[in-house]
Amino acid sequence: MTDSRPIHSVVLVKQVPDTHNITGEVMSKDGTMNRGALPAIFNPEDLNALEMALEIKDRFGGTVTVITMGPPKAAGILRDSLFRGADNVVLLTDRKFAGADTLATSYVLQHAVQKVGNFDLVLCGRQAIDGDTAQVGPQTAEKLGIPQITYAETVIDIADGKITAERALDSGSEIVRCKLPCLLTVVNTANTPRPASVRLQMERKLAAVPSEYPAIRAQWPEFETDEALDAYLAAHDLKIPVWSADDIGTAEGSIGLAGSPTQVHKVNFVVLESTESKTIAPTPEAIAAMVAELVHEYIVG
Amino acid sequence: MSEQKQVWVFIEHTDGQVADVSLELTGKARELADQLGYEVVGLLCGHNVDALAQDVIQHGADRVLLADDPELDLYRTLTYARVAITEAKKRQPEIFLIGGTPNGRDFAPRVASALRCGLTADCTDLQIGDYTRKDVTYKNLLHQIRPAFGGNLIATIVNPNTRPQMATVREGVMRKPAADASRKGVVEKVTPVFEPGDLALEVLSRQIRKSTVKLKDASVIVAGGAGVDGAEEFALLRDLANLLGGEVGASRAAVDAGYIEKAHQIGQTGSTVRPRLYIAAGISGAIQHRAGMDQSSKIIAINTDPNAPMFQIAHYRIVGDVGEVLPMIIKTLRERSMDQREAE
Repeated sequence: MTDSRPIHSVVLVKQVPDTHNITGEVMSKDGTMNRGALPAIFNPEDLNALEMALEIKDRFGGTVTVITMGPPKAAGILRDSLFRGADNVVLLTDRKFAGADTLATSYVLQHAVQKVGNFDLVLCGRQAIDGDTAQVGPQTAEKLGIPQITYAETVIDIADGKITAERALDSGSEIVRCKLPCLLTVVNTANTPRPASVRLQMERKLAAVPSEYPAIRAQWPEFETDEALDAYLAAHDLKIPVWSADDIGTAEGSIGLAGSPTQVHKVNFVVLESTESKTIAPTPEAIAAMVAELVHEYIVG
Repeated sequence: MSEQKQVWVFIEHTDGQVADVSLELTGKARELADQLGYEVVGLLCGHNVDALAQDVIQHGADRVLLADDPELDLYRTLTYARVAITEAKKRQPEIFLIGGTPNGRDFAPRVASALRCGLTADCTDLQIGDYTRKDVTYKNLLHQIRPAFGGNLIATIVNPNTRPQMATVREGVMRKPAADASRKGVVEKVTPVFEPGDLALEVLSRQIRKSTVKLKDASVIVAGGAGVDGAEEFALLRDLANLLGGEVGASRAAVDAGYIEKAHQIGQTGSTVRPRLYIAAGISGAIQHRAGMDQSSKIIAINTDPNAPMFQIAHYRIVGDVGEVLPMIIKTLRERSMDQREAE
């Protein structure tokens, strides 16, 4: 007889610049990147983590709470999470969080997850495309004092206080069983994230953090003051909670730049070494000549 | 116990063999330690793995910390991390290098969080240098060098105030030193003490495929990127690689587009390669990709965008469409081999 009970999940997500779609226009002449030219998107593997949490909720019942740390505009991915079926969302925003490396970030996330409380699973994407470090998940698990299942691809079962899951490794796979609560980092082969639900989008389109109120009121003039809008959102459960460093009880020296053991010593623009290079016309003759040269130099053949 | 300062390397192994990346890092640790007068220590966890210690010593270690225990038979985050955390607290290593493998990237952040120290992922170079901030100069720090910010930037990261200075490095980035059978070192056994929570996870089964992709040793690589128009056009790369006796590689964009499996990805988060010839077909050449191939002897770049950064490191620049240029190269090579056969 197995005991199956509702599973409460907390999903950690991040808004990132869309570094996958770097085009010529984004790269400036001096080799730097024009970050403003990149759209901000929901980190792709965090969407897989959200989908895994929603599937767990579909199977076992429970709740899905989504947390992000970032500037106020990161509320956009929280709204997206609500449209896809998350029950609760929280924005962690505070100037004091700025400049955090992965260790300081995991410390903030630990405190936020603990403030949410009563969780069985913490899920996050394997890595964020703006840094590709894949560190924040395991670091947050360590800070929470819970085990981790990295590269989770399939949740096989959750029963008797344990989760059985398949991990995707570069060279194969592994099936593990782990006591709850635990943290999963989810890979992009795990699932296809569901699209936003039209019904939820209608119901929750006004969900917002206070800094977005002026923009909403510009579109919906019937809310004559921020207070009126705030009261309406609160009454309809559409106010996205915003937690600061003080709200989650973090220590000053452990967050932001001060809490980050890694420091950037210097940043170098990449000066591409000019190689002895030849321009080859895309014609059969020019290409045949190039191949002949490579054969002559014993590079080919 | 040694009083000498230490550079640690996390020694991974499968099927009774030390992973190449761990030996590459042992070699790098040797270089760094020689500059500083430190000793190189391999951290070897497992069960019945004492035979591997000599291999680590022959590649540059002075000492191997050997934790041999049935609970360490298969890699698990918490049991392996427990050994590392306990021993690191006791011995205070200055530097700790870990392979950027799935297990290494699972292990390193867990350990770094517990030791509250800095960790830099996927470094492409490691050096020793100083660092000055607010009139305080820190001597002989580990300069952890990696591409950053998704752009054409190389960042040098330092950890001035915390120890160990931890970094992960992908396989193939550092060169594996030749084994020196005359090297002698100390094998020091450590007895792991686990806490009940360390055993929260059981491995029920593990399936490891032998990889058939041999990018690292290929002398010719034909790699495709976002400029390859569809899976059909990508097949041209395979044809060309077969003709040249090479392997097919890919940028991340091509992997994300589903043209080819992740095992073929070249770059900072994939493989690092140094072939005789690298053909970059429709690869714009972001720093992350170039980090994995810029030491190729000859580079041919094919791209419709004349401003693609790849052209700046290429020896042969072909501004044109991959779908038109590759068939021309294939045709030339086929004709040459036919001419050769006729001549024989």
